[in-house]
Amino acid sequence: MKALADIWRRIRQSRAVMAIGGALVVIVLAALIGPLISPHDYLQTDFDNLLQTPTTLDWRFFGTDDLGRDLFVRSMLGVQVTILVAVVASIVSLVIGVAYGAIAGYVGGRVDAVMMRFVDTLYALPFIFFVILLMVAFEQNFLLIFVAIGAINWLDMARIVRGQTLSLREREFVDAARLTGVSTAGIIRRHIAPNLIGVVIVYVTLTIPQAILVESFLSFLGLGIQEPQTSLGALVDAGVNQMEGAPWTLLIPAALLATILLCFNFLGDALRDVFDSRSSR
Amino acid sequence: MLKYTLLRLLGAIPTLLLVTALAFLMVHAAPGGPFDDERVLPPETASNLAAAYHLDESLPQQFARYLGGLLQGDLGPSYHYRDHTVSELIGGAFPVSLRLGALAMLLAVIVGVAAGSFAALRRNTLLDRVVMTLAMTGISIPVFVIAPVLVLLLAVQLQWLPAGWSGNEGAARLVLPVIALALPQVAYIARLTRASMIDVLASDFVRTARAQGLGMMAVVRYHALKPAMLPVLSYMGPAIAAILTGSVVVEEIFGIPGLGQLFVRSALNRDYTLVLGVVIFYAALVVLLNLVVDILYGAIDPRIRQR
Repeated sequence: MKALADIWRRIRQSRAVMAIGGALVVIVLAALIGPLISPHDYLQTDFDNLLQTPTTLDWRFFGTDDLGRDLFVRSMLGVQVTILVAVVASIVSLVIGVAYGAIAGYVGGRVDAVMMRFVDTLYALPFIFFVILLMVAFEQNFLLIFVAIGAINWLDMARIVRGQTLSLREREFVDAARLTGVSTAGIIRRHIAPNLIGVVIVYVTLTIPQAILVESFLSFLGLGIQEPQTSLGALVDAGVNQMEGAPWTLLIPAALLATILLCFNFLGDALRDVFDSRSSR
Repeated sequence: MLKYTLLRLLGAIPTLLLVTALAFLMVHAAPGGPFDDERVLPPETASNLAAAYHLDESLPQQFARYLGGLLQGDLGPSYHYRDHTVSELIGGAFPVSLRLGALAMLLAVIVGVAAGSFAALRRNTLLDRVVMTLAMTGISIPVFVIAPVLVLLLAVQLQWLPAGWSGNEGAARLVLPVIALALPQVAYIARLTRASMIDVLASDFVRTARAQGLGMMAVVRYHALKPAMLPVLSYMGPAIAAILTGSVVVEEIFGIPGLGQLFVRSALNRDYTLVLGVVIFYAALVVLLNLVVDILYGAIDPRIRQR
């Protein structure tokens, strides 16, 4: 707990992290609250207002789509789905990656060599095509999308955690702990894990945009989230078909998606600066 | 060098086998058969169909048959395009994608390395920050957002370039797809080049060259560029995979009859053999191109070869 408090204090000191993090919190809050207070429903069609341009009247901030459905509510729901997929996928990749990397790094030797050779092999594969294959084989299952995306993204995490564990294992304070009789479990919990939190936070932040990218890529191709559910990728796809007459149907979800991705990437970079200052002290 | 190349080639075989087995199992684990329809077939027809496509055999038998065909370049018949084999369909679509991908890769390397070196030389100036912010934006924005926005701007609004593939001839129809495909890679390569160029410029041999009175441009050109390109070269593998992935989207948006479009169509049609064939083809392509990159890397950097 003390380690977490220490990390939080460090993060709070970085103005860049707080600014970008704040922007993301605002986006997420808007996505959660917007659909609740808007008078429109994401399914309700309005044939008197097809492809209406964005206006501040009657809560039509983002206009309507070709079926007269409210794009503000749909975009906000899209943001919800996008963030949800990303968070769940990141947790899946976090769990697999940290466990795999920590075991390989701490055990070392031949086990490490074999485990990392396997990761290298998987690295060379175009994973997205296997995800598409999964989607084809098992119909578009919501849960499967999460798991599949998480299953792609753990490789980086495993590599980073393994490298970090490997170098931590050789440090003097670990030797000292071992000499004073601390058990292996105790060493991992008290000495290794707290030192891993920094890198893990950075790489989870960088995994989230990758997961968002995969989900929206699949939805864009019509292989991810299915109607009437929506996600930013599906909205961009719908916008492409309407862009000549109604460019906002493309530009608004595209801008939202780009903003979220940019925020996470910048946040990862800023967090890396925060934690790097510690290692390069 | 020959030994190194042969070893790498042998090392690729288990990977390819694993890929094929994995993809084959995934498709065959799918619930339902390829001929399941709303209309229930008479049992005789169903069993004839199953026999014709060897679906009545056990899974290991089917896999052995598939592998045997694969070795002869036969990926089986397409379930959806009944008159074509999977190999024919891939063979027809791939050249289009190859030209697109090769052009995008070329553009990405040239522009990315130039922009990255430029930013490294003007480190911490306003220009550097602008280039790097643009690069971060380029990395963050997915191809399927860049491509339609480019179309909207340059084809629909300004009408400088054609938006579609069919009905247009010549190089003009290639411009937008290639740019859309290359942009994220340009951004990534620029960031990589900048970081490694800054490292290289701080090294002793650059200082010596400068001390001997060589101009900055000459130092970069004759001494710094080659070592600074090494991380870019090792990024080529992931870049190839990214361009293949991107081509799926770009071909869909611009209506280009390449492998990516074929793949999406086959996925949406649930054309199992075609999806399987294209995935294996893509995987083999990525593995082989990675191999080429590895061998090139070994040729350029002797330290790698000795390991």
